[in-house]
Amino acid sequence: MRERGLRARDMLRGDLEGEELERYVEEKVVMTRFEEMLNWARSNSIFPLTFGLACCAIEAPISIVTARYDLARFGAEALRASPRQADMIILSGRVSIKMAPVVRRLYDQMLEPKWAISMGACSSSGGMFSNYAVVQGADKFMPIDLHIPGCPPRPEAVLYGFTKLQRKIQGNPDQGWRARYKAEGTEEWARGGPRSEPSPEAVEAYERARELIRRA
Amino acid sequence: MPDAPGLELIRGEIDQRRPGAVVDTSFDNERAVLVVDPAHLLAVLGWLRDSPGQEYAFLSSLHAADYLPAEPRFAVHYELLNRDRVERIRVKALLADPGDEALPEIDSCVDLFPTAEFQEREAFDFFGIVFHGHPDLTRILMPEDYVGWPQRRDFPVGGEPVTFTYNERRYG
Repeated sequence: MRERGLRARDMLRGDLEGEELERYVEEKVVMTRFEEMLNWARSNSIFPLTFGLACCAIEAPISIVTARYDLARFGAEALRASPRQADMIILSGRVSIKMAPVVRRLYDQMLEPKWAISMGACSSSGGMFSNYAVVQGADKFMPIDLHIPGCPPRPEAVLYGFTKLQRKIQGNPDQGWRARYKAEGTEEWARGGPRSEPSPEAVEAYERARELIRRA
Repeated sequence: MPDAPGLELIRGEIDQRRPGAVVDTSFDNERAVLVVDPAHLLAVLGWLRDSPGQEYAFLSSLHAADYLPAEPRFAVHYELLNRDRVERIRVKALLADPGDEALPEIDSCVDLFPTAEFQEREAFDFFGIVFHGHPDLTRILMPEDYVGWPQRRDFPVGGEPVTFTYNERRYG
């Protein structure tokens, strides 16, 4: 640099001067908060746990890392074999009551922040296995961030759910049907949550539905 | 597979050695079945395994069944296989329900067929059938602290009440 006689100010400025330079800087620099940048980085570098429970495992951890679906596009190609290195667990299949403590232990061993996806009908609700051996929904024994419906879900559905999870990590969760049916505020929080009162629209829609049932 | 006359010959030979051991025979769907008295079960199995001309040396499956409301209620099935002749024979021991939460009991055949160890544990796990002489009769598939015998026919189907009440309202 010194040989070519360039000063740092010249290099930074380039050929632009005055207002053009101001505009150039405004276009190229993004101002954000540190937390948001951190969440953006986290959501694009998730390490899923190499973990399968049942037949959904063919769709989730196996199919979506193949070239056809390629989870690496979303920054989650590094599957970890140890829960201590993983950020996300996909419950892919029915959880039997004997397996539930094991799954819970895996989840507890993962480091914060961590996310859990319940994939398919079985792990979300027990699916068709309404019997003595299967837990009726994995959220009975561990927190679940996202449910993906299907039996099994298509790999595209898993990827769609994964992008939903990314938006959730970035602090902008999709409300899905709540937004469509104007039912924001009807979320059920554990106890004394910030928004435990349903919106007036939701109350009205609920009453309308009740009235329809009564008339039928 | 012994045909129907062959099955009766086997029964005759067992009757000569152990009168009363074979309670009944049946031959349905090309499948020969010896229904035996549980008290003579090990003798029959041992004879089928060892005696020349029989040599059903392989226990391909052991499983229990619940025939509620039939009486006797339980049965343990032993599927024997001769691998040289590719012949199969089923031995079936009927067990009455002792009632009052007592468990039906039968002798273990682990000494004759070591493969029966896990399969008898499975039968115990699901049907509550006690196998005397088993080295380690504990639950194998259900959790150790599970209560009940889930494959019995009077065990509730289980699960949980479904919150969708449409069918209830419609069909009562």
